[in-house]
Amino acid sequence: MARHRGRGVATINYPIGMNLGGDPSQALVHSNPTGKFTVALSSIDLGQGMKSVTRQICAETLGIPVEDVYVDTADSDTGPHCMGSFASRGTHRVGNAVMAAAREARAVMMEAAAEELEVDPGDLETDGRGSIHVKGAPHRAISVRDVAIAAQFRQGKTISGRGIFLVPLSDVNPETGEMSPATCYAHACQIVDLEVDDETGEVTVLKMTSAYELGRAINPKLVEQQLVGGSWMGMSHALFETPEPYYPDTREGPRDFNEYLMPGPGDICPHDIVVLERPAPDGPFGAKGPGEMCANPSLPAIANAIYDAVGVRIDELPITPEKVLRALKVRGRPEAPPRVR
Amino acid sequence: MKTSIQFRLNDEEVATFADSGSNLLDVLREGIGDLSVKGGCWQGTCGTCTVLVDGMPRLSCVTLAESCEGKSIETVAGLRQGAKLHPLQTAFMERFAAQCGYCTPGMLMAAKALLDREPNPTRENVVDAICGNICRCTGYEPIIAAVLDAARAAPRRS
Repeated sequence: MARHRGRGVATINYPIGMNLGGDPSQALVHSNPTGKFTVALSSIDLGQGMKSVTRQICAETLGIPVEDVYVDTADSDTGPHCMGSFASRGTHRVGNAVMAAAREARAVMMEAAAEELEVDPGDLETDGRGSIHVKGAPHRAISVRDVAIAAQFRQGKTISGRGIFLVPLSDVNPETGEMSPATCYAHACQIVDLEVDDETGEVTVLKMTSAYELGRAINPKLVEQQLVGGSWMGMSHALFETPEPYYPDTREGPRDFNEYLMPGPGDICPHDIVVLERPAPDGPFGAKGPGEMCANPSLPAIANAIYDAVGVRIDELPITPEKVLRALKVRGRPEAPPRVR
Repeated sequence: MKTSIQFRLNDEEVATFADSGSNLLDVLREGIGDLSVKGGCWQGTCGTCTVLVDGMPRLSCVTLAESCEGKSIETVAGLRQGAKLHPLQTAFMERFAAQCGYCTPGMLMAAKALLDREPNPTRENVVDAICGNICRCTGYEPIIAAVLDAARAAPRRS
């Protein structure tokens, strides 16, 4: 009867988005006569920050303040098409589409500004604070608002842009079947320290230590939040969530919060996180995606740590106390006291 | 049959008529119009509908409205004083203690009940106080950190 400590390590290589059908997403950007811009998307913000990130990407590309961009994700019936918010694809796919749309809108904005200032559009630059001026001559300037008014009421131009991101089709090598279905990979490594009680089968996660490589973090606070919450969900997949007992027959399965268990605030552990930013060549400002990928390393790391602690290899999730006890019964309890590390 | 119910809501007297046997959540949202209270599971398991009844956290979806006659009820709508946010609200923002935000009203009220009772809570006190409130986004750590921050930030009462 003892509690045994174990340590497990896992690394993952996570393709951003799906591989099917090019995994496209579209975006439309247009200005209002006030010089504010709207991004129209069908991509849903579940709370993960899609609106914040696409707003930043649009503002940065247009060269205007982030406060002057509004992101509208109102309606997938009327908005431009999106495959959805999953597979860590939002920042990368939708971000790229927004960037393309904002580039096109920026070109029209600069042409309209050039017409008002009677200069060549190539000689103009934005200052990021709501003004457009001749390079090297900041006094030859016009506000984005005045450009929008002129485009709307005098020039008869729509300052707008269309964007789509589509993963290029990968050729299949007829000899080997080899192909490159994904263009962008995020990476993570996680170390889990835990304790296994050989009498109850209970697993207590003590500490997580992780490094995540996810391209440029467009919004570092949102990235950190996603990593903390995502690894909690990884722990939940590894140790808690189950449609048992008679899956796939769901008649006796869990139906509500009482029966479908996930870790509570008393089950969490300290988590040290390092974020490595290696810009992705095809990501918007180098971004990949932290979304779903951050839950992945916790599952194998926890399974490995349990093996390290008590010598049983459980390959069916979740690793419930019952499965640990059954496996220990077959293998026999490890020697007590636990191994000295 | 409709019954008249009167209580204090966030320091104001309110009264409404409700079907006998109505739960407090429906009466607050539909009778009074306080939409800051959210319904989640409607069976007392998720905690998002938590309000304070005479200072104690209660699951409004399984609390009989009639049992609150004459009592004092606090919801998240009464947390801030004018433009000034409650220290818990500020700390939740600064710690990014919400993603989708659906659990936040209940989390804030459960945390307020704790801080009203125990201005200097330990981490364990905070875990106990929010363990009846389910969050599926944050992994709880940012919420625990925010409540501890709010306790440190609040003006000390002797």
